[in-house]
Amino acid sequence: MKFKVNGEEVFASTGGRPFDKNKPLIVFIHGSGLTHMTWVLQTRYFAFHGYSVLALDMPGHGLSSGESLKSIEEMADWVIDVIDSVGFEEASLVGHSQGCLVTIECTAKNPEKIKTLSLMGGAGAIPMNPELLSLAEDNNPKAVDLMMDWAHGPAGHFGGHPVPGLYHINTGGMLAKSRTIKNTLGVDFRACDNYKNGFEAAKKIKIPTLSILATGDKMCPVNEGKKLADLIDGSRVEIIDNCGHMMLLEEADRVLKVLKSFVLENYPPKKL
Amino acid sequence: MTDKNNKSTNPKTYKFDTLSLHAGYQPHKNAGSRQVPIYQTTSYLFDDVDHAAALFNLERGGHIYSRISNPTVAVLEERVASLEGGTAALATSSGMSAIFLTVMTLCEAGDHLVVSSQLYGGTVNLFRLTLPKFGIKCTFVKPRDTEGFKKAIQKNTKGIFGELVGNPGNEIMNMPEISKIAHDAGIPLIVDATYQTPYLCKPFEHGADIVIHSLTKWMAGHGSSMAGILVEGGNFDWMQNDKFPTMTKPYEGYHGLSFAEEFGPTAFTMKARAEGMRDFGPCLSPQNAWNVLQGIETLSVRMKKHCYNAEEMVKYLLGHESVAWVSHPSVPDHPDHNLAKKLLPNGRGSMIAFGIKGGKDAGVAFINNVKLASHLANVGDTRTLVIHPASGTHSQMDEATLKFAGLSHDMIRLSVGIEDIDDIKNDFEVGFRAARKPRLVSNQ
Repeated sequence: MKFKVNGEEVFASTGGRPFDKNKPLIVFIHGSGLTHMTWVLQTRYFAFHGYSVLALDMPGHGLSSGESLKSIEEMADWVIDVIDSVGFEEASLVGHSQGCLVTIECTAKNPEKIKTLSLMGGAGAIPMNPELLSLAEDNNPKAVDLMMDWAHGPAGHFGGHPVPGLYHINTGGMLAKSRTIKNTLGVDFRACDNYKNGFEAAKKIKIPTLSILATGDKMCPVNEGKKLADLIDGSRVEIIDNCGHMMLLEEADRVLKVLKSFVLENYPPKKL
Repeated sequence: MTDKNNKSTNPKTYKFDTLSLHAGYQPHKNAGSRQVPIYQTTSYLFDDVDHAAALFNLERGGHIYSRISNPTVAVLEERVASLEGGTAALATSSGMSAIFLTVMTLCEAGDHLVVSSQLYGGTVNLFRLTLPKFGIKCTFVKPRDTEGFKKAIQKNTKGIFGELVGNPGNEIMNMPEISKIAHDAGIPLIVDATYQTPYLCKPFEHGADIVIHSLTKWMAGHGSSMAGILVEGGNFDWMQNDKFPTMTKPYEGYHGLSFAEEFGPTAFTMKARAEGMRDFGPCLSPQNAWNVLQGIETLSVRMKKHCYNAEEMVKYLLGHESVAWVSHPSVPDHPDHNLAKKLLPNGRGSMIAFGIKGGKDAGVAFINNVKLASHLANVGDTRTLVIHPASGTHSQMDEATLKFAGLSHDMIRLSVGIEDIDDIKNDFEVGFRAARKPRLVSNQ
């Protein structure tokens, strides 16, 4: 669906079901340069099982208008603006990669609004490889090719997509190239590189938190994810083996199983 | 965000030859079986009712019924998508069913297509005679008439379709220019690249949006199995205009789903499968998918030999006293020679058309007397194939249609195989001898 936030049009997938203000809200935040489509194998489950879902396209990404936001802090504030704009008092957040930085910052600043936090391929800081950052800011498509290479585990490089007929690396690459690379990936990578508040923000989080990490994640390795999780009281960690950073697609079923269990326990749908 | 073990900025994604052998398959998820298993089954157990509902609602990936998808077929689909540089693919029971499914996914009654006139005869009949029965009309344009494609576009035009190299005359579509015309009009370019395979040309790199193959031909190579595929490039913006409402609006035919919003760069394939395979059902058998996979494993090795033999045959035919003319993009005076160098850098393919001196009678005598070359209605086999279109594949056409299709009575269509090149030439000598004296040579 499309709606306005701060005067700009925002697109969010509602998981194939009508958006319903009477159901608890889960907001999904994508990673650098990507779009709502990375969440297609998680969002539809929740939308069909008692939740209102918003898998957002961040400003300037996918089908959302405006310019990309330049800092993780701005993105975190924008997520709150989204929740307010759709008329909700509270929400559960799910983030992937850069989306983890955004949701950590957002949760730390707004403890009263965020009820659960789920992090996939997250870390307290995501310093960028300088050459990758430079390529993205120069609008070089090689930045996308490198990101797709590093983001997929050994198995993901061969394929084996859970949806028959889809090929991981080319699909991800096309998502990242759907808008001008320097305006999406370049801005996002710079925002990740500049963000230094992740570990401090994590210490302030007191809500149920899940970290899903993958043994083959080269971009946010398991030890970095654990460092972050250790700072969050009572944080639950689940590790997916034989999988890379794009775990939400590479091992969509296993990720959904863990996410379902966590969300249903800590943020159950309303009984009708 | 960095790979600390990666010291260079060159991606280490797998290359063509590796993908030909491995893409789409993970042995550790298949009992460690090194070879792709043949899932010879119609249907798949649901864990429980929630699992069944999740699969039908597209909440999760997986298989329901082999008309819609099958694990062996899915390996083939991913493999071809990876080789083409596409986001997704859908395999079908034949190349013709891939074309039909593409059109029916794209068009509704009242729509229009602009179509290259140089096509396989069956494809011509589909566009000329069969699709109008579904309310879909077509305007044919000669493939070298780039401006003609632009002029033929109407308000209700939903796409441009053509064979990258026309059958059987070897005319080459100027894909970069025609794709620009299509995109300026907000419609996709659909290219049948059967003759090239992704080893010779990757149409997505030249502006195509959907690529179709008859996998029966060079991709499989062995001539044992019928199969087709449509591959999606993922770059076409279905939401840029209101021409494709069944892609962009909540679609009654699938629970109010907007394919473009939900699946973006794979939307076309998702719709073709969810709607087209469900309603038309031209599914590929797992056995045939496996057979095609065996061929694809050696695609680059075979294509190199095909192209080498073809260029040798071109030289041989050009110097032969019984040959009036030779059409192959490697010939310098071929009208598309320079375009072929740009679009087909790895080789110009193994389809040759040539004119035999003596016209139709000589053509018939040649075909009846070659022994190694097989006279049959196929192309792209590892074995050398010949046919005389005027008396074979295109024999249902009248004089005017033959002329419009660029065919002549003296034309022989040659699909060069990978046999020893001297054996092919020796066989042709027998055919040419008979053609010079058609009435004196037995047909036995």
